[in-house]
Amino acid sequence: MKVDKVIASATTILPLRLKDMSYSVGNARLLDGIDLTVKAGRRLVVMGPNGAGKSLLLRLCHGLIEPTSGSISWQSQDPRPAAQAMVLQRPVLLRRSVRANLNYPLALAGYARAARSEMVQKTLARFGLIPLAERPARLLSGGEQQRLALARAWALRPQILFLDEPSAALDPSATRAIEDLIFQFSAEGITIVMTSHDLFQARRLAQDVAFLHRGRLIEHGPAAQFFDAPQTPEARDFLGGALIW
Amino acid sequence: MDGPFLIAIGLIASGDPALTEIIALSLKVTLTAVSIGCLVGLPLGAGLALARFPGRGVIVVAFNALMGLPPVVAGLLVYLMLSRSGPLGDLALLFTPTAMVIAQTILILPIVISLTRSVVEDLWAEYREQLRSLGAGRLRSVPTLLWDGRVSLVTGILAGFGRASAEVGAVLIVGGNIAGHTRTMTTAITLETSRGSLGLAVALGIILLLITLSLNAAAWGLAQSARGRLG
Repeated sequence: MKVDKVIASATTILPLRLKDMSYSVGNARLLDGIDLTVKAGRRLVVMGPNGAGKSLLLRLCHGLIEPTSGSISWQSQDPRPAAQAMVLQRPVLLRRSVRANLNYPLALAGYARAARSEMVQKTLARFGLIPLAERPARLLSGGEQQRLALARAWALRPQILFLDEPSAALDPSATRAIEDLIFQFSAEGITIVMTSHDLFQARRLAQDVAFLHRGRLIEHGPAAQFFDAPQTPEARDFLGGALIW
Repeated sequence: MDGPFLIAIGLIASGDPALTEIIALSLKVTLTAVSIGCLVGLPLGAGLALARFPGRGVIVVAFNALMGLPPVVAGLLVYLMLSRSGPLGDLALLFTPTAMVIAQTILILPIVISLTRSVVEDLWAEYREQLRSLGAGRLRSVPTLLWDGRVSLVTGILAGFGRASAEVGAVLIVGGNIAGHTRTMTTAITLETSRGSLGLAVALGIILLLITLSLNAAAWGLAQSARGRLG
């Protein structure tokens, strides 16, 4: 078990490749023929209007749901590698203490008790959660809950982190704290794939942009290029509308 | 002659040995039945909440219906099983506390299973993606969901305890109300009342009410404090 873990963390699971990937529910094709390569070490922001399929794309990449057709494959050939984590749009914190919430996924991952308590302690310290360690997670403020959700994902030592609207319901100062954390994760070498409604946030965080429109990926490239010279009329409208809005 | 209430209070105050023996046996039988009911019902209910298989709906409806199973019918079924000519007659369990435990377990089990299923099903809808994301499979999710639903579950288990400790039909049929052996609070009340010996009946009635009352108070207090502590 221990040996496996060392090998697993030594090999990179990235890039992540989506080939002609579609997802349908009944007759509705919610994502259609997505070709996308997620490169290691980048911050990719998935953008697009409501209902474009942003959340769905992240949940498919993370392996929560299976594509209807096409493929999603990791460099490591692992169907669902452990070195990836996701913070859902509405993260569910367990009805336990902050410490127990951090301990839970590590226990699932098979770490021994001693290793776990050390990892939990490190994570608590890293995220400034030590004063809150014994508090029930459900009673934290919105910003603290989101910080815990990020900490819980980070504690799994992911190579890639999927963040679905990580600051959707937060006030500006909490949003800033979350963005700071995202920059720090990125500096640690964690690949970031996130969605955001907030165009300003996307401009601050994105190195690459993937633009979804009605389930199709119609633009993908460096952020500067996307923001300065969008190639499609849909993206131009979106950027224009979003700026006014 | 003293009224039944005075006699009852006298019996309770003096710690009458016949009274305490009856109370002890009742609590032992019901607590054992509740424990077995939880041991079997919690995982089964949770499993039923998470599993999808043909015929699942029928089972869910059946357990919901069994929550209203009349205790005398449960008693009759156990009697038929355990009577000398019944399939389990060789075990010679009829008119023993064990028979009463079996009958009460049958009454409690549907309550625990149905309640657990409903609590866990609601939690599962909320937790499903998150648990999968954190690496928990369906089977591993069961203890997690049971633990996170613990407050609602305890309330329901206490309801099961209430039903079992208050029922008379099942334990009377399979226990036989034998003094010093299978006489419980409810069967004793039935007997003493019919004999006109109201003092003991009232004393037991008071104790039974107090137990029910304190259980409900405990359940309510627990839920209140948990809501404050756990969110």
